[in-house]
Amino acid sequence: MEALILEPSLYTVKAILILDNDGDRLFAKYYDDTYPSVKEQKAFEKNIFNKTHRTDSEIALLEGLTVVYKSSIDLYFYVIGSSYENELMLMAVLNCLFDSLSQMLRKNVEKRALLENMEGLFLAVDEIVDGGVILESDPQQVVHRVALRGEDVPLTEQTVSQVLQSAKEQIKWSLLR
Amino acid sequence: MLKKFDKKDEESGGGSNPFQHLEKSAVLQEARVFNETPINPRKCAHILTKILYLINQGEHLGTTEATEAFFAMTKLFQSNDPTLRRMCYLTIKEMSCIAEDVIIVTSSLTKDMTGKEDSYRGPAVRALCQITDSTMLQAIERYMKQAIVDKVPSVSSSALVSSLHLLKCSFDVVKRWVNEAQEAASSDNIMVQYHALGLLYHVRKNDRLAVSKMISKFTRHGLKSPFAYCMMIRVASRQLEEEDGSRDSPLFDFIESCLRNKHEMVVYEAASAIVNLPGCSAKELAPAVSVLQLFCSSPKAALRYAAVRTLNKVAMKHPSAVTACNLDLENLVTDSNRSIATLAITTLLKTGSEGSIDRLMKQISSFMSEISDEFKVVVVQAISALCQKYPRKHAVLMSFLFSMLREEGGFEYKRAIVDCIISIIEENSESKETGLSHLCEFIEDCEFTVLATRILHLLGQEGPKTNNPSKYIRFIYNRVVLEHEEVRAGAVSALAKFGAQNEEMLPSILVLLKRRTLCSGHRCVMDDDNEVRDRATFYLSVLEQKQKALNAGYILNGLTVSIPGLERALQQYTLEPSEKPFDLKSVPLATTPMAEQRTESTPITAAKQPEKVAATRQEIFQEQLAAVPEFQGLGPLFKSSPEPVALTESETEYVIRCTKHTFPEHMVFQFDCTNTLNDQTLENVTVQMEPTEAYEVLCYVPARSLPYNQPGTCYTLVALPKEDPTAVGCTFSCMMKFTVKDCDPTTGETDDEGYEDEYVLEDLEVTIADHIQKVMKLNFEAAWDEVGDEFEKEETFTLSTIKTLEEAVGNIVKFLGMHPCERSDRVPDNKNTHTLLLAGVFRGGHDILVRSRLLLLDTVTMQVTARSSEELPVDIVLASVG
Repeated sequence: MEALILEPSLYTVKAILILDNDGDRLFAKYYDDTYPSVKEQKAFEKNIFNKTHRTDSEIALLEGLTVVYKSSIDLYFYVIGSSYENELMLMAVLNCLFDSLSQMLRKNVEKRALLENMEGLFLAVDEIVDGGVILESDPQQVVHRVALRGEDVPLTEQTVSQVLQSAKEQIKWSLLR
Repeated sequence: MLKKFDKKDEESGGGSNPFQHLEKSAVLQEARVFNETPINPRKCAHILTKILYLINQGEHLGTTEATEAFFAMTKLFQSNDPTLRRMCYLTIKEMSCIAEDVIIVTSSLTKDMTGKEDSYRGPAVRALCQITDSTMLQAIERYMKQAIVDKVPSVSSSALVSSLHLLKCSFDVVKRWVNEAQEAASSDNIMVQYHALGLLYHVRKNDRLAVSKMISKFTRHGLKSPFAYCMMIRVASRQLEEEDGSRDSPLFDFIESCLRNKHEMVVYEAASAIVNLPGCSAKELAPAVSVLQLFCSSPKAALRYAAVRTLNKVAMKHPSAVTACNLDLENLVTDSNRSIATLAITTLLKTGSEGSIDRLMKQISSFMSEISDEFKVVVVQAISALCQKYPRKHAVLMSFLFSMLREEGGFEYKRAIVDCIISIIEENSESKETGLSHLCEFIEDCEFTVLATRILHLLGQEGPKTNNPSKYIRFIYNRVVLEHEEVRAGAVSALAKFGAQNEEMLPSILVLLKRRTLCSGHRCVMDDDNEVRDRATFYLSVLEQKQKALNAGYILNGLTVSIPGLERALQQYTLEPSEKPFDLKSVPLATTPMAEQRTESTPITAAKQPEKVAATRQEIFQEQLAAVPEFQGLGPLFKSSPEPVALTESETEYVIRCTKHTFPEHMVFQFDCTNTLNDQTLENVTVQMEPTEAYEVLCYVPARSLPYNQPGTCYTLVALPKEDPTAVGCTFSCMMKFTVKDCDPTTGETDDEGYEDEYVLEDLEVTIADHIQKVMKLNFEAAWDEVGDEFEKEETFTLSTIKTLEEAVGNIVKFLGMHPCERSDRVPDNKNTHTLLLAGVFRGGHDILVRSRLLLLDTVTMQVTARSSEELPVDIVLASVG
């Protein structure tokens, strides 16, 4: 095999997918032109699902791409990158996505809860990856920034963490001043 | 949130997905609610979610409907509901490339980006940059610069990442923001630092010095973000590769120090960078391998996968470096993640001993069906490598390959298997019969045309030489009956090869071929494809002549000319009507025999490219030479020497390399010269040549001017000896003559006055190999009979200095510059006799064949028999060997 030195780049993630337990797309965001048409994307998703839904082995190489994945009840989360990408970076994205959602859905990561919080999902993914670049990898930060409407979220761990977070920030800045 | 769905939604959803039956037109209709005052934020946000969901599902939005919805959405900026506002940003981003006039929201976004609400600012920056093109960018430049150095991390990160995206279309504007990015790079926030470094590198990546400075600055102080470390490791290893310098460099020290980082991500990145560095020694690899070894026992599958995948790479080049990990790899063989298990096994196959093969193969076959094609190919490659390493294991490996061949799989996978089987058959004759019969079975049900034709070709070539050739006929003829055109054509050719080599089978082959042609019999099955019919007709008429020479020339050994060359020559011929028939000898020969380029030891994928380059190289020369007026009328270029010969040491004042071009009665020496002195310009450069034999120097074509470091070319034209045409081997003493003009190295100004000077070059050898082009004869015996013994000569020589057969074979092949046929260049172990078969075409287009029988006693005795269709080539070969 050719020795390959990676072109240093921040563009790490090629796609983020969430499929249900029939392999249907609930959410899909492709960040480059590996699969330009919807048809190719769906074919890829089908292939990925067939190869992964029976095992929970976390990582696979498919169609020349590295796929890290995780399942929860009736949901399958995938983060896809080049086969030369650092697998652990992709894993960091996957974990951040999963943990953020887990907090937002109050540990109830399943299809129905997710569909009821679709806007939360859209906003969270937007905070985690921007155009293929990892924007944030800390789930606390993501949840804080998504900051779903206060009245929807009763006083739970989420608001506590949020309060703590903003308190922390404030203290930090006052110290720096 | 639960309450906001209508009852209707839930019922029509059928299952648990309230979005399942969304109608695009209905949703867009609902978007009219956006115009109502007061705005109902929750309802509007939900409609935006529906629109985004539709886009996400791949629903296509037309420009008009998207623009309409987009404009309706702009009204929602009146509301201050945070979620609604955030959904608006997302919609803007999604629609920026579908709807028209999206820049209308610029001012709203600019306001949010500079406003008080921190949670709006980051997303607003990202949305704004998405809709901004290079002309608009100047207008928001000031805000972007402020945002990059903003104290809120999410704003700064958003601005940096958006700048990175903008680099693609507005490099010159974004370039001006490096000072801000520099400031952001020393931020305390780990993501801001990462993004800032990324942006800085992308802006500066073409400036090596700036990149070096950047690396040393940030590596000295240490970084906070593991992501930033990974980035810097990549930058450093790229820099190292470009320098391809020593490992003493601080860059390498930095990468190595990252092996001790506390983040696994960084440690792995560093290990992988070291492994991928070209030309890494075992000692340098050792620390990387030992951290990978630790990772092998990690509870995280991704880490185990990453580690074993990288170790697998190491094992390809340095199997011994990985042997220390064998125990850890053994534990991974049963890993529940099949990808990890496969990689572990294939790595072990590379590093382990012969004894462990059977066990590992059994292990892997138990889950072969569960792994993806990519990994199956990896397994096949590992087997292919094993076959070369342990020839005694062929039987086990073959049977494994055949069982894989029978299973489902894609083209790449099947091709890898077929490649591997073919190479085994070629290496080792005992496995030939079993191999062929398994391949026969495979083409019975093979969906890949390329593979089917390839196997048919192999059958035609190898089948007739086996003990029982008739058993293959049924398989081949089945293809003729059942398949589509391309495969049928291949099968017809294969049949003809059987007919040409086996007289007993000839009558039945003729019958089979007749069925494919236009014929008058009442039971004929005429083939409806032109190519197949033409081939059958052609072979039929050749075979019916029952002449060995014809069989050899037209069936067993194909054309040896280069195909593009033939095309060009034929076109030329049709353009200039002439009385003379077209002469095939005027067509340049294919420079490398295409059919049997064996990719030694590099399995499958690698090294296909250079062949094509070589094939066109001679054509480039031909065009260059044809442009020189002095070389008009030399006739077609017969051969250009494959590698330029250096006539100077590499570190001298002038670097001269020579390429030899052979024409029917002349030779042209092309000298590529480079002047490495920056205070001199050379003019009127020629290379004077003094031959030792009867060659005659006709003219010199000078290189007019040779400024510092700009390569130039001069030529020398010589005529071949006329009186004694056998004296082709010759040594030329060479001397470069030129006029030197001093020049100023900084301004490049040249003095008007110059002086003559000379520079002695090394001698140039012309050997017989320059007059012979390599040609592949698939069937040497047939070609030998075709040429006939009219001009056969034979002589015996003693090679007193050579002690082994391999060495003798190597020397003869290199000396004569001919192509070894039927793999006769490989000497079997423990034999003391060997026959080397060589084929070539002599200058002027005459085939020349050499059979050389070697006998090893204390020294090697060689009996050379040469045949050609002319006397001269035979004489020259024997004269030059003697």
